[in-house]
Amino acid sequence: MSNRIIHWFKFASPQSFYPLAGKMIPWFWALTAVFGAIGLWISFFVAPTDAVQGEGYRIIFIHVPASWMSMFIYMVMAAWAGLGLALNTRLSGMMAQALAPTGALMAFISLWTGAFWGKPMWGTWWVWDARLTSELILFFLYIGFIALQAAIDDPRRADKAGAILALVGVVNVPIIYFSVKWWNTLHQGASVSMMKSPSMAQTMLWGMLIMALCFWMYSIAVALMRVRAIILERETHTEWVKELPEVKQ
Amino acid sequence: MPFDPGNSRKAGFDAGFLFRTPISGTIRPSMLSVSDLSCIRGERRLFSGLGFDLAPGEWLHVQGENGSGKTTLLRALVGLSPPAEGEIIWRGEPTHRLGEDYRREMLYLGHHGAVKEELTPLENLKLAAALDGRSLDDREAMAALHRFGLKGREELPVRFLSAGQKRRVLLARLVTRNAVLWVLDEPFTALDVKAVDMLSALIGEHLADGGLAVLTSHQPMPIPGGKVARL
Amino acid sequence: MSAFLAIIRRDLLLAMRRKSEVLTALFFFIIVVSLFPLGIGPEPQLLKKIAPGILWVAALLSTMLSLNRLFATDHADGTLEQLVLSPTPLGLLVAGKIVAHWLTSGLPLVLLAPVLGVQFDLDASALGILVGALLLGTPLLSLIGAIGAALTLGVRGGGVLLSLLVLPLYVPALIFGAGAVEAHISGLGATGHLSLLAALLALAAFFAPWATTAALRVSLE
Repeated sequence: MSNRIIHWFKFASPQSFYPLAGKMIPWFWALTAVFGAIGLWISFFVAPTDAVQGEGYRIIFIHVPASWMSMFIYMVMAAWAGLGLALNTRLSGMMAQALAPTGALMAFISLWTGAFWGKPMWGTWWVWDARLTSELILFFLYIGFIALQAAIDDPRRADKAGAILALVGVVNVPIIYFSVKWWNTLHQGASVSMMKSPSMAQTMLWGMLIMALCFWMYSIAVALMRVRAIILERETHTEWVKELPEVKQ
Repeated sequence: MPFDPGNSRKAGFDAGFLFRTPISGTIRPSMLSVSDLSCIRGERRLFSGLGFDLAPGEWLHVQGENGSGKTTLLRALVGLSPPAEGEIIWRGEPTHRLGEDYRREMLYLGHHGAVKEELTPLENLKLAAALDGRSLDDREAMAALHRFGLKGREELPVRFLSAGQKRRVLLARLVTRNAVLWVLDEPFTALDVKAVDMLSALIGEHLADGGLAVLTSHQPMPIPGGKVARL
Repeated sequence: MSAFLAIIRRDLLLAMRRKSEVLTALFFFIIVVSLFPLGIGPEPQLLKKIAPGILWVAALLSTMLSLNRLFATDHADGTLEQLVLSPTPLGLLVAGKIVAHWLTSGLPLVLLAPVLGVQFDLDASALGILVGALLLGTPLLSLIGAIGAALTLGVRGGGVLLSLLVLPLYVPALIFGAGAVEAHISGLGATGHLSLLAALLALAAFFAPWATTAALRVSLE
C-alpha cells in the first residue's frame, strides 16, 4: 500500500512527469485519429438522414461531444485544483492550468456549432435555450479562470488562486445550470432539445459516443503537451531542464 | 499514539514563563528556534539552511543587502508566507500548528503604515486591540501615545500627521499589545533621533522583561547584545 | 465575538469618514436604472415588464463598484496583514467585513429600490416582493463578491478582472431575484423564487467566508 503511494508521488514531481508525458502523447494522438476516423465515418456515411431536420442535424456529432467535454474538463480541472490545494503538489496546478484553454475551446466549439445548428433548425443564430445559456456561462467561467492565472505573476500564487476559483466555480456550475433551466421553463422560451427527437437512431448514439472518445483523447493529448511546455517554462532555472537534449540544442 | 496538543502547549508555556526572568550564568532554553529554513520568492531561492535560536531576553538582528530576503524571512517567521523548507518552533511546537496561540504572543510590524488614515491615533489603537479580541481603555491607549510623543495629536485623523508621527502611532502598539515576540521590519525608518532613542529604550525594556525581538535594520543598532543573522 | 462586532464598527466608521465612495456607488445605481427608459422608450407596459431585471442588473453592477474597496484599501495600507496575524480567527474578521460591506452597499440599494420601482409603475405588492428579494439577494452578492475581491487582491487590472470572475457567479441570484418579482406580477407567486434565494444565501453564508479566507491567505503570501 505504502509502496504504491510512493510510486504515485514520484510522478507528481514535474521532473519525472515530463518524460512520462512525452511518451504518452503519441499514443493519445493515435487514439484521437482512430476514434476520429471511425466517428466521422459513422456520422457522415452510416447515420441516416433525419426525417425532420435533414442533413443539418449532423453537426450534433461535433456539438454534443464538445458540450460534454467542456463540462467534464471543468470537473477534472477542479479535481486537480482541489488535489493541488490539499496535497500542495506543484504538478496539480500545472495540470489545471493546462486543461483550462482546452475546456474553453470545447465550450466555444459547443456554442459555435450550436449557433450553426440553430440557424437551419430554428431560423435564428441564437436562442436563449437553457443548454446554450449555461454553456455560455461556463465559457465565461473558463475565461475568468484563464484571466486570473494570467494576471498573477508568481506561478505558485496563480495556481492556488486559480484552484480556489475552480472549486468555487464547480460548486456553482450545477446551481447555475438549474437556475438557468428554471428561468427557461418559466419564460417558456425556445427549449428545443436535440435529445428529444422521437427516435434517436442507435447509430447516431454510437457516432456521438465515439466522437466523444475522440475529443477526450484529443483533450488529454493537448493537455499533456501544454503541461510539458508549462513545466519547461517554470523549471528553466533547474539543472535537469538544462540537461534535456531538446533544450541543449 | 494519543497526543494532546493543548496539554503539551500548556506545559511549554509554563516553562517559558519560568524563564522570563533571566538568571545570569544559567543556560536558558530557547523559546523560538528556527532550523534549516529556506525561502523561495517567485522561482528564486533567496536563502536556505538558515537556523537560529532565541531565548527570552535575546534579540536577533537580520542583516543583508536589499533583496536578500530580510522581509521574506520575517514574513515566514510570522506565518504570512510559509517557507519552502524548514521549521519554526515556538515554545517547542511548530508555529503553523499553534496558529492563534502563536499569533497571540507575537506582534509583527512591517514597513507598511498599518494604520487607517481616516481614523485618529486613539481610534486606531483601540480598534486594533479590539480586533485582536482585547479591550483597551482610553487611559492605557493615551499613555502609549504619550510615550511616543503624540500628546495633543490623539484626536487628529492620522492623515494630517507626518510620516514619522504615523510611524509612532504604529509603534505605540508595541506598548498596548503585550506580545512576547516582536518581529519588526526596519523599525527605525522615518524616525527622528528622539524617537529612535525612545524605541530602543522600549525594546531594551521588553528584552529585560524576558521578551524576544527579531529586527531588520541597515543602521547599526542602538541596542546592546543581540545575535546576528546575515543573509 | 467582540472582535466580529469591532470589525463591523471599524468598517462602518471608515465608510462614514469616506462617504463619497458609498454615495458614488449609490448614484451609479440610480443613474443606470434611469438610463434604461431613455434607451428603450417610455412605454409603461414594457417598462413595467423589464423593471425587475433592470433593477437587479443595476444592483449587480453597483455592487461590483464597491467590491473593489472591500479588501484593497486594507491591503494597500498594511492593515490586512495585521488582520491575518491577529489572534482572532480570520474567518470571523472576514465575515465581519462582508457584513459591513452589505450594510454600506447592499442595504442602501434595498432601501432605494422601491423609490426607483415606482418610476417603473410597479404596484405596492410588487414593490414588497422586490424589497424582499433584494433583502435576500444583496447579502448573497456581498458574500460571493468577497471571494472574487480576495482573489484579485493586488493583481494587475484587478477591477475589470473582478467583474469577469464574479458576474457569471451572480447569475443564479439574478435569475431568482428578478424572477421573483416577475412571477409575482404574472400571478404565479414568488414563494418558490424567494425560498431558493434564501437557500442560496444559507449556502453562501456557510462557504463564502471560508473560501474568502483561503483566497486572502493566498493573496498575501
